[in-house]
Amino acid sequence: MAAGARFSTPTELVDAALAGDRLALARILTAVENRTPVAEAALRRLYPMAGKAHLVGITGPPGSGKSTLVSTLIGAVRAAGRPVAVVAVDPSSPITGGALLGDRVRMQAYTSDRDVFIRSMAARGHAGGLASTSTAAAAVLDAVGFDLILIETVGTGQSEVEVAAAADTTVVLEAPEMGDEVQAIKAGLLEVADIVVVNKGDRPGAQRTASQLRAMLVAVGRAGVRSTGRARPAAPDAAAERPKPKEPEVLVTTATTGAGVPELLASLDRHRARGREAGDSPARLARAEAQVWAILSDRLRADLHDPKHRDATDATMREVADHRLDPFAAADRLLAELR
Amino acid sequence: MPDRPLKVLIAKPGLDGHDRGAKVLARGLRDEGFEVVYTGLRQTPDMVVTAALQEDVDVVGLSILSGAHMTLVPKVTAKLREAGMDDVLVVVGGIIPDDDVVALKELGVAATFGPGTTIAEVAEFLRANARQHA
Repeated sequence: MAAGARFSTPTELVDAALAGDRLALARILTAVENRTPVAEAALRRLYPMAGKAHLVGITGPPGSGKSTLVSTLIGAVRAAGRPVAVVAVDPSSPITGGALLGDRVRMQAYTSDRDVFIRSMAARGHAGGLASTSTAAAAVLDAVGFDLILIETVGTGQSEVEVAAAADTTVVLEAPEMGDEVQAIKAGLLEVADIVVVNKGDRPGAQRTASQLRAMLVAVGRAGVRSTGRARPAAPDAAAERPKPKEPEVLVTTATTGAGVPELLASLDRHRARGREAGDSPARLARAEAQVWAILSDRLRADLHDPKHRDATDATMREVADHRLDPFAAADRLLAELR
Repeated sequence: MPDRPLKVLIAKPGLDGHDRGAKVLARGLRDEGFEVVYTGLRQTPDMVVTAALQEDVDVVGLSILSGAHMTLVPKVTAKLREAGMDDVLVVVGGIIPDDDVVALKELGVAATFGPGTTIAEVAEFLRANARQHA
């Protein structure tokens, strides 16, 4: 049933998705979320066809208007005749594993438009896995022809911020009067922003919030304070390869009326063009790493759980649980076991 | 990953403006471990089917209190079939007269849930009857 009733093999599923079948596309995305063998077969074929799309991460505090802005942005992109896909990530309950995915409520206007594809995704809490899953999902959407992919996440947890930060362009939303300058300095979210959007521009204080943010971000940028949030393991020579601090553009939008949204789209396109000129992209490398590390970790886990090694693995874990073995020695032993 | 959560669309087709029940159910099913896509009020059958298709849900749950179920549900089930989603479980919640329950089941609705149904009962039915993923 993994491939769906109409598609008996992964090859058929991928052929159908490439031919524009949206159900086939949806079923490949499900396989990607579930990390099934169908996903592997599909991605092996689709990944080489991807790499053309512009991935835009959109994050910000709950209630800042992300979904509404995405919906209005879809309208602006469609007005320009470009196809657009959305991946909307909502948190999973750490207790039950369930999730309430509510972002579609604000994205209803595009039902009959087959060049708009919206997919909700639960974060599911697998460590580091969310960035790899959303990156793989974006690769699938890219391969079937979506040239702009918006990834919307809630900017509350580290993994969600990492997802947005692994995009080519990261947009951070703020609402007016959400705090003073000190909030802006300490807010970790702003560190990952390529573009900062003060939404709800019709509220009093929006312009003032924007100018305060501008002043603060420029001052921070000039002073050379580290301001990148790229999710990468810290190398010993991290200081040497520390990326240059960003000086994000600050825009004001009113998502409910569409004011400022064409300017946001123009700013996204400019950032995309600049990235292309620069060539080597840390975001692309971060996405590649997220995917490969996730696959390596899945494979390692699968190997250690296969019948040949399972007993040794379980016994080692028990020794660590009883404090008869330290976890480093356990890892050494399990790696040696596989060699 | 074994035990992946079932994905459920909760939709309110038609014109009635009361979605407290649908929201309570959406939240309740989340607490039961489902991934619930909630789409809000005043959905057309096309909107419901588009959302079900793009989200690749295992279950479509329609909440209808307006009495228009015999108009709306057949449209949704027909369009789901047309879109190739005949393996998706369709259930209906609301106040449905007994005669209509029979008619709805003939249209491919797996179950109807009336007032007084507990969330645990709904969850149990969905777990037992939704398609299984490999």
